[in-house]
Amino acid sequence: MFELLIIGLVRLITGAVGRSFGFSFEPPQQRIYYANHTSHLDTLVIWSLIPREQRRRVRPAAAKDYWWASRWRRYIAEQVLHCVPVVRHRGSAVENPLQAVEAALRQGDSLIIFPEGTRGTGGGIQPFRSGLYHLAAKFPEVELVPVYLHNLNRALPKGELLPVPIICTVAFGTGLRLITGEARGDFIARAQTALEGLASL
Amino acid sequence: MTILHDRPLAITLALLFGVLIFSSLIGWRLARRVQSADGRDTVANLNARINAWWVMTAVFLAAVVIGPLGSVILFALMSFLALREYLALSPTLRADHRVLLWLVFVVLPLNYLLVASRWYGLFAIFIPVYGFIWLQIRAALSGATEEFLDRTARIQWGMMVAIYFLSYVPALLMLDIPAYSAEGRNFALVMFLVLVAQASDVLQYVVGKLAGRHPVAPRLSPNKTIEGLVGGVMLASLLGAALYRLTPFSPVAAGAMAFVICLMGFAGGLIMSATKRDRGIKDFGTLLPGHGGMLDRIDSLCFSAPVFFHLSRYFYA
Repeated sequence: MFELLIIGLVRLITGAVGRSFGFSFEPPQQRIYYANHTSHLDTLVIWSLIPREQRRRVRPAAAKDYWWASRWRRYIAEQVLHCVPVVRHRGSAVENPLQAVEAALRQGDSLIIFPEGTRGTGGGIQPFRSGLYHLAAKFPEVELVPVYLHNLNRALPKGELLPVPIICTVAFGTGLRLITGEARGDFIARAQTALEGLASL
Repeated sequence: MTILHDRPLAITLALLFGVLIFSSLIGWRLARRVQSADGRDTVANLNARINAWWVMTAVFLAAVVIGPLGSVILFALMSFLALREYLALSPTLRADHRVLLWLVFVVLPLNYLLVASRWYGLFAIFIPVYGFIWLQIRAALSGATEEFLDRTARIQWGMMVAIYFLSYVPALLMLDIPAYSAEGRNFALVMFLVLVAQASDVLQYVVGKLAGRHPVAPRLSPNKTIEGLVGGVMLASLLGAALYRLTPFSPVAAGAMAFVICLMGFAGGLIMSATKRDRGIKDFGTLLPGHGGMLDRIDSLCFSAPVFFHLSRYFYA
């Protein structure tokens, strides 16, 4: 019920049009959707475009320091979106920030992640963190799908509470995987180029 | 229920559904006949358009049956959807966010509230005076000076077309035309405007496809031809004259009014084509399959409604 309400609101505000550039949700398989991050709506928009029967097994990665900070946010993160927490500011060097994310992948769930690590202003895509590489190396069977979000920084920019209705398009690109022997820097660059390529389409 | 007891209206609706059924049958036959890949695309587009017409007709009639409030809410929602498309194509800055919030969540509802409360005096000036001034003040207060005039002009024009102009359609319900309004027939005037404006679009398209040769404005829109314009406008004006019993006008006056609606509608289409060309796009959106977005469908209505309203008000109310 709550899920349908949220999806309805997201559609009303953003129009949320999905466009495929060499990507298909069929056949269903385990995927990591990685996207540019400019707005709190980003996760909701991608999530709302994933077919309903797959949506249950798609878990957005969310910053633990923000989404687990208040009861309300925590409720949405855990109960509605089934988010997995990511530790942004590493407290101790021993703790693996992607621990929960890896556990989710091991269970066979798909993920939505934002490899820039934080929300940008909508200008260019910031350099990726290396987490994407670690996940690709540890879970080579999972497909990595670049997802470029247009206009969301205008619908709900950083620091604003209320969204403005603006049609947002979401470009899904061809999935990629780590090539055997590919170096970390090369892979990150390839993944980032794939996402940037969608920005101009 | 006035609508069902209104004979001219019942006949009009019967004709409307007759045309829709006829179009669907033609579309269905063409889909089975046409073989070439090119032709299949055209027919698929035609059928998508016809199906969308069914949906639009159903939604519009449902709103009219609910009553004045139904129409006001429907057009407020249409304004919202039109703005959503317009804003996506009108570059603004991060600093304009609050201005846009005012536009969508304050100006838009207040404008339609004035229509619903039939307060003509304030409705007529609310956006052109207070909306324009306040949004400009709010934009100045945000402190961002880059391209100030460009940004604010885009926002103001969006407010004008998507909210103010469009709201003149349900505003017809507040006109007080002697003998006519007393019988509660104003919704038939709304229907007259919408039917003529949309029929003009369709007929211009059909005549243009059948006999169009010379583009009117090749740089704006290669699909608008002189033949389509003349033929479509003439036929839609005749239709308007034939529908005179929906209105307080004489047959000749109804034809003349329809003629003005058609011309303004054509101008609206051209203006919005120029806007689309400027932004490098073909359609404003994908909301209505085959038609494009909300703005693609209502551009003619936006520009004909205010003129039709004021002509009716000046000569008849």
